[in-house]
Amino acid sequence: MRQTIVRNVGDLPTYGYGPQSGPWWGAMGFMALEGMGFALAIGAYLYLYAVNPSWPIGATPPDLWPGTAEVIIYLLSIIPNEMTNRAAHRQDLARVRTGLIVMSLIGIALLVLRGFEFAHLNTRWDNSAYGSIVWLILGLHTTHLVTDLGDTVVLTVLMFTRHAKPRRFSDVTDNVFYWNFVVLAWLPLYALLDWVPRL
Amino acid sequence: MSMMAEQRELRDDALNGLQLSTHMESIWRTPSGFSGALMSVDHKVVGRRYIVTAFAFLLLGGLLAVLMRVQLAKPESTFLSADKYNQIFTMHGSTMMFLFAVPVMEAFAVYLVPLMVGTRNIAFPRLNAFSYWMFLFGGCFLWISFALNVGPDVGWFAYVPLSSLQYTPTKRPDVWAQMITFTEVAALAVSVEIVVTVFKQRAPGMTLDRIPLFVWAMLVTSFLVMFAMPSIMVASTSMILDRLVNTRFYDSSSGGHPLLWQHLFWFFGHPEVYIIFIPGTGMVSAILATFARRPVVGYPVVILSLIATGFLSFGLWVHHMFVTGLPQLGAGLFTASSMLIAVPSGLQIFCWLATLWDGRPVYRTPLLFVIGFIVIFVMGGLSGVMVASVPIDTQVHDTYFVVAHFHYVLIGGAVFPLIGAVYYWFPKITGRMLSERLGRWNFWLAFVGFNVAFFPMHILGLIGMPRRVYTYTADMDWAHLNLLSSGGALIFALSFALLLANVIHSLRNGALAGDNPWNASTLEWATSSPPPPQNFDRIPVVKHRDPLWFDNESLPVVAGLSAERREVLLTSLAEAEPQIREASPEPSIWPLLTAIATTVFFIGSIFTPWAVLWGTPPMAVALIGWFWPAGHKEDEE
Repeated sequence: MRQTIVRNVGDLPTYGYGPQSGPWWGAMGFMALEGMGFALAIGAYLYLYAVNPSWPIGATPPDLWPGTAEVIIYLLSIIPNEMTNRAAHRQDLARVRTGLIVMSLIGIALLVLRGFEFAHLNTRWDNSAYGSIVWLILGLHTTHLVTDLGDTVVLTVLMFTRHAKPRRFSDVTDNVFYWNFVVLAWLPLYALLDWVPRL
Repeated sequence: MSMMAEQRELRDDALNGLQLSTHMESIWRTPSGFSGALMSVDHKVVGRRYIVTAFAFLLLGGLLAVLMRVQLAKPESTFLSADKYNQIFTMHGSTMMFLFAVPVMEAFAVYLVPLMVGTRNIAFPRLNAFSYWMFLFGGCFLWISFALNVGPDVGWFAYVPLSSLQYTPTKRPDVWAQMITFTEVAALAVSVEIVVTVFKQRAPGMTLDRIPLFVWAMLVTSFLVMFAMPSIMVASTSMILDRLVNTRFYDSSSGGHPLLWQHLFWFFGHPEVYIIFIPGTGMVSAILATFARRPVVGYPVVILSLIATGFLSFGLWVHHMFVTGLPQLGAGLFTASSMLIAVPSGLQIFCWLATLWDGRPVYRTPLLFVIGFIVIFVMGGLSGVMVASVPIDTQVHDTYFVVAHFHYVLIGGAVFPLIGAVYYWFPKITGRMLSERLGRWNFWLAFVGFNVAFFPMHILGLIGMPRRVYTYTADMDWAHLNLLSSGGALIFALSFALLLANVIHSLRNGALAGDNPWNASTLEWATSSPPPPQNFDRIPVVKHRDPLWFDNESLPVVAGLSAERREVLLTSLAEAEPQIREASPEPSIWPLLTAIATTVFFIGSIFTPWAVLWGTPPMAVALIGWFWPAGHKEDEE
């Protein structure tokens, strides 16, 4: 077929932020399906809660302090996360590096706390269906925490190499975006795991 | 990037004609040789592999069906043992659902959607390659296990407690459950790719109301996959945990509940039917418009029906559980929603009939299969409305009536459109036409064979023949209808042999197709057959819903994309206004290596929980290799 050039797009940028970029939508897609996974796990928890006369089954509720401490750190982490986001939009490499290091350290701290949380669940996965679903949900969220931490660490290292080119700032903003999802996902899970057994 | 660098870069507006084509081809082609083939990220190469692999699994699943029909052709047959029969019907269902029906639809989308929306590659091409390898390895895992007599034997839905360690102390259910994980990872990856391709990579001017109906269908399907498949992953993971580390999800003595399994399974399992059927409707709309020589009547009605079907499909799952003793209110609600979903499907069917009625139909093979689809699917839909009613369902549950129903829906609703789609798009994919004469034989053998095979099953079910029995006694009076059904199955199988023969023959000897052999209207027909690695020398601009009917002489295009590195054009979500010239990844071996590491992890973790520890580092290494910039031009922008 004969081609007629009707427009020149040569002036367009080669990367963008947020809904303009492809990876942002990819992250959105994965958050949707992972969010669905969480929702279904919550559904399974509530189903087991509904069909059992006593809850938690043969155990005391989890100790509150590890989960609560996590909630506080998660919520506070939004501040450096957002500062990293703004620095990335300004393409301020020095501040992006600092921000990523801080976020990596926060991730490590949360992972340590998560270890304590498993230890203070006061049930094992093979005690009862209650123990099983609690371990599954906490494991699921821990997988997200570990994945995002891994991603953040690799990105931090990357930003200290010669590959720290302008388009990488867009990757940083996507990483920031995904962290918000990890934080948001934890809040209902915390309420479910730590407070529903106390109802 | 500095202005100097920008000016130095070669753009596609500086080249023309053959020079432009060869230049773009050299940038976008898959590297030659065996290692090049393993590195390919071209959506057409991956899509073709996906299609061929899915059809290979169709053949395997079909052979199992033939074995079952041979066994059931006469009473008290000893052709298959009870244990073999259990494995075979489980393998048949699992293969057809997880290794054929869903993957083949996604495969067509992987191949066609980027072409139909006018872009050069799918979004996240490396994820796409990874997805294919996961699908291939998962399928091989299932079939190698079967060959080693560890094939699952607990039905394609693996109900607990039958599939629990207590009742099935072999690895057979674990093989089933982990095959699920493989194929779901693959399907979820493709779905995200399709959504982002449709949202962000449409040709400029392809507004939401100019998207081809097949692409709309695949978009809706992708959302269904994203929201349904996490359920089966939660289910299969918890089943493996129950069997491996003694969790108690399904153990009623420790607070677990077998019905939790059924809820999780069918919350996925019912949308699954629509994940298979909706792409079929997209194929029907594409074929119908071309051969009725007019656009499909009621474009917005069809799209809204697709979306409505998608939403409603999540409110039906409990109708698979009517005999589990649910509260009456729940049963009533799910009966109502099961009947409600017939409305959008019915609307689509009326739109298609109106298209045929108002068009000037050309009865070539693809259209024959579409008409076969309409007839068979309507019959399946009618028996579906019947089993949506609790009293009828209670009577026919677990009988051959249900087997007849879902084969009418699935083969009618998906396989007939699919074979039509093979005849329709084969010229685009291979550059050659399939034989029309063999195609007609193919259609009539399939149509007659299918009905002879499956219609008698309605009656067998009504007179009491249960599903999943490996044999029956002569005094049940089921022998004649079973023999008839087996005869039909052989005719149906013959139709697939004919399709295979047609494909093999036509690959070498078929008439050359040219760019647009059917005089169709959508963008995939605006490029050569088969399309070059870059799909289009320049990205098309869309001014009409049927661009090639609007103007079949010249194609409006944009210029200004790089002619030095892989670049795609990103456009806005609703209006498809150009926004970004984004780099598209180069070929890479890392998706394959990541898939191998993931396979080791998945298979290891049905044997020992420690696989989580030793299986993760190789995956992490492979993923870092995947995402670390290799110093290609497109990464350094």
